[in-house]
Amino acid sequence: MAFAAFSTSTTAPEPAPRRKSPIALLLLLPGILYLVLFFLAPLVSLLLTSFQAPSEFGDVGQYSYAFRWENYVDVITAYWPHIMRSFGYALIATVLALVFSYPLAYFIGVKARPWPLLQSLMLVLVIAPFFISFLLRTLAWKQLLSDESFVITSLKALSLLAPDAHFTGTAFAVIFGLTYNFIPFMTLPLYTTLERLDLRYLEAGSDLYARPFDVFRKITIPLSMPGIVAGTLLTFIPAAGDYINASRDFLGGPDTQMIGNVIEANFLVLQNYPAAAALSIILMSVILVIVSIYVKRSGTEELL
Amino acid sequence: MNSGEFASAGADLELVGIQKRFPGFTAIEHLDLKIPAGSFFALLGPSGCGKTTTLRLVAGLEEPTNGRILIGGTDVTNQKSFQRPVNTVFQSYALFPHMTVLENVAFGLRRRRIDDPVAKAHEALRLVELDHLAARRPQQLSGGQQQRVALARAIVNRPALLLLDEPLGALDLKLRRQMQLELKTIQEEVGLTFLHVTHDQEEAMTMADTVAVMNKGRIEQMGAPEELYELPRTAFVANFLGQSNLFTGPVVGSTSEAISVDVAGQKVVVPAARAHRHIGEVTIGVRPEKLTLHVTEPVGDVARNLMGPGRVIDVSFSGVSTQYLVEIAGIGTLIVFAQNMAFGPVAHEGSEVWLSWNIEHGFGLEDDASAEPRFEADDTTRSIATQKRSSLLTELEGA
Repeated sequence: MAFAAFSTSTTAPEPAPRRKSPIALLLLLPGILYLVLFFLAPLVSLLLTSFQAPSEFGDVGQYSYAFRWENYVDVITAYWPHIMRSFGYALIATVLALVFSYPLAYFIGVKARPWPLLQSLMLVLVIAPFFISFLLRTLAWKQLLSDESFVITSLKALSLLAPDAHFTGTAFAVIFGLTYNFIPFMTLPLYTTLERLDLRYLEAGSDLYARPFDVFRKITIPLSMPGIVAGTLLTFIPAAGDYINASRDFLGGPDTQMIGNVIEANFLVLQNYPAAAALSIILMSVILVIVSIYVKRSGTEELL
Repeated sequence: MNSGEFASAGADLELVGIQKRFPGFTAIEHLDLKIPAGSFFALLGPSGCGKTTTLRLVAGLEEPTNGRILIGGTDVTNQKSFQRPVNTVFQSYALFPHMTVLENVAFGLRRRRIDDPVAKAHEALRLVELDHLAARRPQQLSGGQQQRVALARAIVNRPALLLLDEPLGALDLKLRRQMQLELKTIQEEVGLTFLHVTHDQEEAMTMADTVAVMNKGRIEQMGAPEELYELPRTAFVANFLGQSNLFTGPVVGSTSEAISVDVAGQKVVVPAARAHRHIGEVTIGVRPEKLTLHVTEPVGDVARNLMGPGRVIDVSFSGVSTQYLVEIAGIGTLIVFAQNMAFGPVAHEGSEVWLSWNIEHGFGLEDDASAEPRFEADDTTRSIATQKRSSLLTELEGA
């Protein structure tokens, strides 16, 4: 299962004890109940909704159960640019977050090892943005980067930016927002793997004629794969479905709408529930397929 | 090192005035060392004596505070570890867990772009008899097999100098013996220079041509194993390399051939050539297996030193030999190893004995006797065993 990538344990799972304890089942019950109620039931409901057809004599927004698979064809033809854009933005944001986070995590987890206090301090700084709401932080960026903001006016005054240039409402701003918001999700799993990285492997690599870059490429990267996989999944999955950053109320514009925004609009504004449900199912399936292939390909099973 | 070609033969290693300081302590005080090409050199010492630091300096994993390192006449002090014609078998083996055994062995060859790395890696694995496990991952192998893979990964590169950092430490006794033999054979076959770091004196003596005994960041003595054993220069060497009976006393007479020392009223003669100090307070010694145990007072012999009478306080039988602990008033406890030429021990606990040895077998140490009066023999485990045994005996008698 793809989500095994989130586990941080290094050892293979131990074989489950053979005797069945009623207490273990009892302890599992709340979790199972929760999943059935709040995951399985909504999922089934969503799936059923996605095949609904408009009620024959009903008002706008009234639907009845049917097997209208054409819903899927309709949404794909109508919204395929949004779908492509979502995964494109998510991919770019994930790569950027990885590029920013890896050196940071490497510094905290490897270079700062002799100073545990510095390590803790830097980790707190990475987590600190979580103390403020996701919405507020994104809104703050909108303020900072709006056309009348100090940053943009200064850049324009210095002729570093064309006088009619905008920042908010562009694809650049959306990707910037996604990258910024998901950097902690990338940094933390990377840190946990790099913190446990045995430096003796790096010494052995250097002893075997590997230049620093080769040591990094052939030893450090493969050994930190579990962190890279976990971090990219934690960034890519929510980023692909995100509708805050791309929203017109935040950093996005009419041309930067992602699939999340479309689903939101269909559910809340257009009241086209089957279309919204079908899009949700498509989003979920595509992510599941991408993630499965990714985890399989990255070959981290042995390192997890 | 130039890529694409192997070192043609082992190179000599020279350390000139090496000093290594870490924040807060000095690992290596001052080290001058020359290891000739093609030799098997052992650096022997207790943990924390600086031997592993020396190895890491040679490998390029640490930088010396002062001094120079020369390999085959070339100054490599400022070269990074990947540039040096040196490979290491690490104590932890450090086999890459994300690669197969074969890829581990081929790693160094690939980095240096040597032709046909896979075939050469297979060849190296055949040398350590592990070719059938080439496709496995290191963690699927036993400790002994991992050690052999680590060895293959190092020697496949034909380094001018191979560094071994206590590679046999994690193995059990039987496997260790087997590995020692294999290492020695491989060294003779491929003709590389081996620098072996160990705290196991037996391993150092059986494998190496030259042994350097290291203590507190300095080399105490260096030489062939027999030379170090028969003529230790310091109390540390005398006790770290095997066991010794050491005595202190003033020199009371000296000729060009021998000195005589007064040890608690008994005269002991040591050849002048085998003694480093000829006047004043000196420390002299003799190896336990050189002592002969007498149950009756022997007649005086000018060629032998005589000591006694003493009392046997412990007898332990170990098959080939018997170890006696003999207490002599005013001198202390002496250790005697006697070959079991007769059935069973010749003396029993509590019996009165005399000890004698050929004066040629004595040695005089360089140490200042007054500064270091008597080196504590490492007999803690033995005393525990003795206590255990006597308590068991009383228990049996009581039953």
